[in-house]
Amino acid sequence: MISPIELSTFSVVAFIIPILFVILIGNNRRLLICISFSVSALACLINVVSGIMAVAFGKTEHVILPIGLPSLPFHLRLDPLSGFFLFVIGLLSFFVSIYSIGYVSGLAGDKPIKRLIVFYNIFIAAMIMVCLADDALIFLVAWEVMAAASYFLVMFEDGRSENRRAAYLYMVMAHIGAVLILLSFGVMAGFSTGFEGYTFDAMREANLPLKWATVAFLLSFFGFSAKAGVIPMHVWLPEAHPVAPSNVSALMSGVMLKTAIYGIIRITFDIIKVFPWWWGAMALAFGLVSAVMGVLFALMQHDLKKLLAYHSVENIGIILIGIGLSMIFTSFHLPIMAALALIAGLYHTMNHAMFKGLLFMGAGAVINATHERNMDEMGGLIHLMPWTSSFFLVGCISISALPPFNGFVSEWLTFQAFLLSPSMPIPLMKLLIPLGAALLALTGALAAACFVKVYGVIFLGNWRGHNHPVVTEAAWSMRIGMMLTALTCLCLGILPTIIIDLMDSISERLVHAKLSSSSGIYGWMWLTPIDPERASYSGPLVFIGIIAVCAITYFMLHVKPGKVTRVPVWDCGFQKLTPKMQYTAVSFAMPFRRIFGFLFDIKEQVWMSPQQGHCAFPVKTNYYLRVRDRFWGWIYRPIIDIVVLMSRKAGMLQHGRIHMYLIYSFVTIIFLLALL
Amino acid sequence: MKLLHLIFIEILQVLIVIFAAPAFVGWVDMLKCWSQGRTSAGVMQQYRNIAKLFVKDVVMANNASWIFRFTPYLVFSTGVMVASVIPIISTNLFLAPSADIIVLIGIFATARFFIALASLDIGTAFGGMGASREMMIASLTEPAMLMAIFTVSLTGGSTSLLHIVRAFTSGVVVVRPSIMFASIAFALVVIAEAGRVPVDNPSTHLELTMVHEAMILEYSGRHLALIEWGAMIKFFLFVTLGIACFLPWGIAATDDLVSIVISVFLMVVKLIVAGSVLVLIETGMAKMRLFRLTEFLGAAFLMSTLGLIFFFILE
Repeated sequence: MISPIELSTFSVVAFIIPILFVILIGNNRRLLICISFSVSALACLINVVSGIMAVAFGKTEHVILPIGLPSLPFHLRLDPLSGFFLFVIGLLSFFVSIYSIGYVSGLAGDKPIKRLIVFYNIFIAAMIMVCLADDALIFLVAWEVMAAASYFLVMFEDGRSENRRAAYLYMVMAHIGAVLILLSFGVMAGFSTGFEGYTFDAMREANLPLKWATVAFLLSFFGFSAKAGVIPMHVWLPEAHPVAPSNVSALMSGVMLKTAIYGIIRITFDIIKVFPWWWGAMALAFGLVSAVMGVLFALMQHDLKKLLAYHSVENIGIILIGIGLSMIFTSFHLPIMAALALIAGLYHTMNHAMFKGLLFMGAGAVINATHERNMDEMGGLIHLMPWTSSFFLVGCISISALPPFNGFVSEWLTFQAFLLSPSMPIPLMKLLIPLGAALLALTGALAAACFVKVYGVIFLGNWRGHNHPVVTEAAWSMRIGMMLTALTCLCLGILPTIIIDLMDSISERLVHAKLSSSSGIYGWMWLTPIDPERASYSGPLVFIGIIAVCAITYFMLHVKPGKVTRVPVWDCGFQKLTPKMQYTAVSFAMPFRRIFGFLFDIKEQVWMSPQQGHCAFPVKTNYYLRVRDRFWGWIYRPIIDIVVLMSRKAGMLQHGRIHMYLIYSFVTIIFLLALL
Repeated sequence: MKLLHLIFIEILQVLIVIFAAPAFVGWVDMLKCWSQGRTSAGVMQQYRNIAKLFVKDVVMANNASWIFRFTPYLVFSTGVMVASVIPIISTNLFLAPSADIIVLIGIFATARFFIALASLDIGTAFGGMGASREMMIASLTEPAMLMAIFTVSLTGGSTSLLHIVRAFTSGVVVVRPSIMFASIAFALVVIAEAGRVPVDNPSTHLELTMVHEAMILEYSGRHLALIEWGAMIKFFLFVTLGIACFLPWGIAATDDLVSIVISVFLMVVKLIVAGSVLVLIETGMAKMRLFRLTEFLGAAFLMSTLGLIFFFILE
């Protein structure tokens, strides 16, 4: 039988086939899109299979590829952790590839489709390589290929300066992150022995003193955070996601950010292994700040894709909360609790991939249909796009952490991990960590508010916009892609036990404890982490219970057919009800702006323009609102200013006169000779 | 036989909740009338209201979608679902392990999410206003509620209500400061969640103040009946949730008939007392301005945090 790692390596090669198609049948647009995305989907499916196999068998496999630099071969390794991420990446990419067939066909004819297909495939292949990498060299190569491919995907519509700026910002942030990761690997490789010090195996063996381990951890943590979009390194996310095509946004937000989570877990739990509790506390603090600030930023947005991008910041925060708690528990030698927190974080990783992918796909369908990104110009799409609206609703419920969908399960597990914090030996931590749970509750409630806004403003009510485009339902393949993702969200929500049982091989390897012995006691219907006496949740029963009662009530009330009269909306007798009077995204968020406004840089102006007559009878009212990220002004603006200032000073050396440059080189040579 | 018995208790409890909820709300309304020097319509008034609404036809706006029609059923059924989980008359509920307190809050949040969506469905300004305010209040309530529940579940060593009730009722009665603070916080949270004065006024239709009423303004007929009934069940359940967490003594642990009857009787007494306390709070305060609610809910959060701190200091 072919082993999982061979399957995955084979799939990476398979991603070249669509690129060949671009060269061969590049002129037949329809055929090219159909065939190349189908092949990508199949290649992704291979990774789903190999991921499941790796997690289920719980074995670790190695392969050494004799390519790369001379005598520095590439080491690949597939263990349950990589397998889990392969599964997540493969599954979402599979759905997105199906979706892409319809989505890319629907793009305007003048868009560079070929470039999209090429970089799309390179991008997915690079993400898979990142998870398979077992030495610093191939990890960084794959990491950089991933960054470069996604850069070109963000640059898809390079005609607009806004997009070029977003892509540039993304590239800068990605490279700052990559340099930090490189340095971190450098520190760890420095302490490992032998010529093969750059392999992860050698780093695992290396005996890092705590001081240097801390340096390596901090470097890698911030390096990966820049990619994951942890606040304050999140600035590129809300710029890059909106301008990329939606299938790419779905992948970037759904799975690319997760490779950074993978990196953090790999380096702390697998390579460094022993660490003090404050590392976890730091991860937890960054997670909490990202979660709360991310969702608040999202609430302030009215650009659909920007809003979703800020929600990625929030969810990365929630994942980091789980990982941070797990690190704290590990450092205090509480393995079962560490396993619970780690599984909570990983499960949220998978859930976020699914529902965020679904939401971005839905956003793509909406934007394709309306040619509009501003939510305040939309409304009433539930009547025109019944399928898309249903799938989007599933995504909204899932991300708002509402039972019985999947977002709730992982937040519930995280709450359970929080509840176990009193078993820690430090009194101050006992006291402070439950407050984190309050912040998580706040995050969940704000996310629900935000998605009431999103769904209500886009799909419900009446059309708010000035133009009235002809809106049609999304193409079949887009619907299928979204439907599969929505079904996955539901399954992950009501059948979490099955997946969590499988994930035991990961926690067993990383924190040496498993949950299944405890989660399986009541059977597959009940999720009982740690102990059924402590907490239990039965997704299937809640789901079936609610649906059953709904059905019974419905039938009891419809024994005698009740009459439903359809009438125009009651207008309080004024007869001048217009769609303009509806609540918009901006007005919906007003109470939140008022309460949490001190966290933002808000500029709000209202001015009336009386054309003639008295100012008490304004003809027109103008409203201006600008909500800015304070982090930009606090951190980025000063850095940019300093860099610009320094370059200007350095620029004084350049005159463009040849003889001056010759003098420079002459002086430099003299100086160097004098030094010698 | 054993199974039949369990199913019987389960169904009995759900039916008690469904049919006693309007009476409880009627009791609260009656007390409120009395305390304000008005004549009341009696405990049974809510039943008459619901019955009237069920008879009436449904009038719906032209652009109402399936969400608008589905929400009343969902609101009602989430209430029924939760009613089967909270130990009200007995701790021998076979459905109880299917949801712990955090899940219960989540189920209520799902219902709220759909009501808010339904209110935006028609596209009137009132609906949007109600939805926006409701979600704002909910986002401030949730942390306070969770902290109160955390205090209780840390004391009880579980988030499962059955085990909390068992942990509290077994052994000697200890007065815990942490639980006292948590119960005050929880009372404030119940007021906010149930939409009572000073957070929201269920008996007004004034656009400056209304929250829940603004959301359901477009409903009529059996849909409105289900939503109103669902809201009553929710109020009732929140009070019984508070009783299960903070005053669990008397909930039947065995399933013989005598203890069930005693348990029901004690529950009625507790509900009458709890209703009176709520009325005292309601009559003693005026409806707050919307943006003063941060102080009210902030106080709830502070109380629950104090409860948590006391738990860690004293135990």
